[in-house]
Amino acid sequence: MTHWIIAPILIPALAGLLLLLEVRERQRLRRFTGLLSCVALVPVALVLWQQAAQGDVGVYQLGNWQAPFGIVLVLDKLSALMLLLTALLALPALLYGCAGDDRRGANFHALFQFQLMGINGAFLTGDLFNLFVFFEVLLIASYGLALHGRGPERVKAGLHYVVLNLAGSALFLIALGLIYGTTGTLNMADFAVKAQALQGSEQILVTVAVLLLWVVFGLKAALFPLYFWLPATYANATAPVAALFAIMTKVGIYAILRMQALAFSDGPLAGLGADLLWWLALVTLALAAIGALSASRLGGLVAYLVVMSVGTLVAALSVGEPQTVGPALYYLIHSTLICAALFLLCDLLRRSRGDGEDRLESGPPLAHGKWLGAAFFAAAVAVVGLPPLSGFIGKLALLQAVPSAPYWTILLLAGLAGLVGMSRAGSTLFWRVHGEVVDRKLGKRRVIPMLALLLASPALALAAEPLLQLCAGVAGQLADPTIYIRAVLGGAS
Amino acid sequence: MELLVALIIGVLVATGVYLCLRARTFSVVLGLTLLGYGVNLFLFAMGGLKINQVAVVGASVDPTDPLTQALVLTAIVIGFAMTAFLVVLALRSQGEQHSDHVDGQDGEQRS
Repeated sequence: MTHWIIAPILIPALAGLLLLLEVRERQRLRRFTGLLSCVALVPVALVLWQQAAQGDVGVYQLGNWQAPFGIVLVLDKLSALMLLLTALLALPALLYGCAGDDRRGANFHALFQFQLMGINGAFLTGDLFNLFVFFEVLLIASYGLALHGRGPERVKAGLHYVVLNLAGSALFLIALGLIYGTTGTLNMADFAVKAQALQGSEQILVTVAVLLLWVVFGLKAALFPLYFWLPATYANATAPVAALFAIMTKVGIYAILRMQALAFSDGPLAGLGADLLWWLALVTLALAAIGALSASRLGGLVAYLVVMSVGTLVAALSVGEPQTVGPALYYLIHSTLICAALFLLCDLLRRSRGDGEDRLESGPPLAHGKWLGAAFFAAAVAVVGLPPLSGFIGKLALLQAVPSAPYWTILLLAGLAGLVGMSRAGSTLFWRVHGEVVDRKLGKRRVIPMLALLLASPALALAAEPLLQLCAGVAGQLADPTIYIRAVLGGAS
Repeated sequence: MELLVALIIGVLVATGVYLCLRARTFSVVLGLTLLGYGVNLFLFAMGGLKINQVAVVGASVDPTDPLTQALVLTAIVIGFAMTAFLVVLALRSQGEQHSDHVDGQDGEQRS
């Protein structure tokens, strides 16, 4: 049973390698391999969740090297939850891609699998340098995916994205160097122990390193002032890729949460950088609201809604209380799935509009306007946070957990801005039309994955009570870092 | 020696940052490469600087830290792949937008 922990990394890695070997012309074989891997990840993630839900932290020592010296993979409730979310997101995204978008470039399926491998690895690893390596794996795959398809806009956005992330990687390495130089360890649990006993200049150096880490994770999570790359990159990416990218910002958030819960919950470095994160998250939220109001394309609007969810989450998590983490995790699941659904829906609208554009201007009427309109309405209600869908429950739980005037004001105003933005987009796209309706087929293979993601919102709302309890359980385990540390280091600590 | 290494890292990083802030893709690529060299050297120095000592326990009196060497090796490989990718991307950007400006068009020369 212990070897299951590494399966979420090995399955996509093997599938990716197989996909590189397969003949390019045999598209069906490639689709089959890719889908097989994504389907297999769902039960594996469920098994791992079952294992983690019992409360034990699973540790997998690669090459059987003892914990602080070798690299470990660690499976606690938070990792298992994120793995499950990734698996549930990847399957519909890939299904949507198999409806035709995968033909627009040579190595879509292989890159998709390597991206999954990087994401799963980042969620599982218990070693800081290994986290860097998995970040690079997911980034280099995401570079390829972001450029999938053609177009000068995509290349321009892609270039900015790549350069920014390379600079981010350099900062990551400097932070890791500082941490290794002062504490002599890169194992997260070991670092958490050693960070408690730092004195004088060493403490200052580690503070610098950790703040640099926050910069890097903030860049991945798209936090102000480092979110400017996101709207252009996401709005220009192909739909299934943008849907998968909905989890990428959450990798950054996960990394912040993990480090904060593990090493900075108490001791001399307690709450390091939390105030900074709190204010930056609030500014992110406010600016994303303005961005959502000023977006000229539907894709851009959805991208700003992603940034808005990042601000909401990081602000709630930087409070550092266990009771805010549970609702934040519920909101994280909701926003990931719904933003992915919106990216797919945005592509469907573009297709049925005929001119292939998602500009928010008066244009040709949409084929199947009623159905798409209903889906758009439901998605808007969910993402903005109106009752009765999951966004409302998530925001309500967050507001209850974070009783702070600035947070309430900005979150509610940002919700209003999102509502205005979505209403404006919907009324322009569906009502301000001229010309004849041209009948176009959308294809079941595109509609079903989109609906599956969209239906996650009522499902999350119906199961809100048990899910919130489950998230509170995850937060409870995070609140006691000694469980994680003891599992990784054994009796040595 | 510490001062020399620190100065070299500083100069490399400063040059790298300066070049990254230029508006041409080629200078940005060069800048990121130099930044990468600076960072790699920094990472290497974090294990402690020693002269004429091998990184094998038992083969020398005071062995140097082998872990930072492994880290740097990984970082070099990743950095090399990323640079290669970035060069290809810069070429494609040049081909598709007929300009090597990082924003695709030159504000001053557009007219």
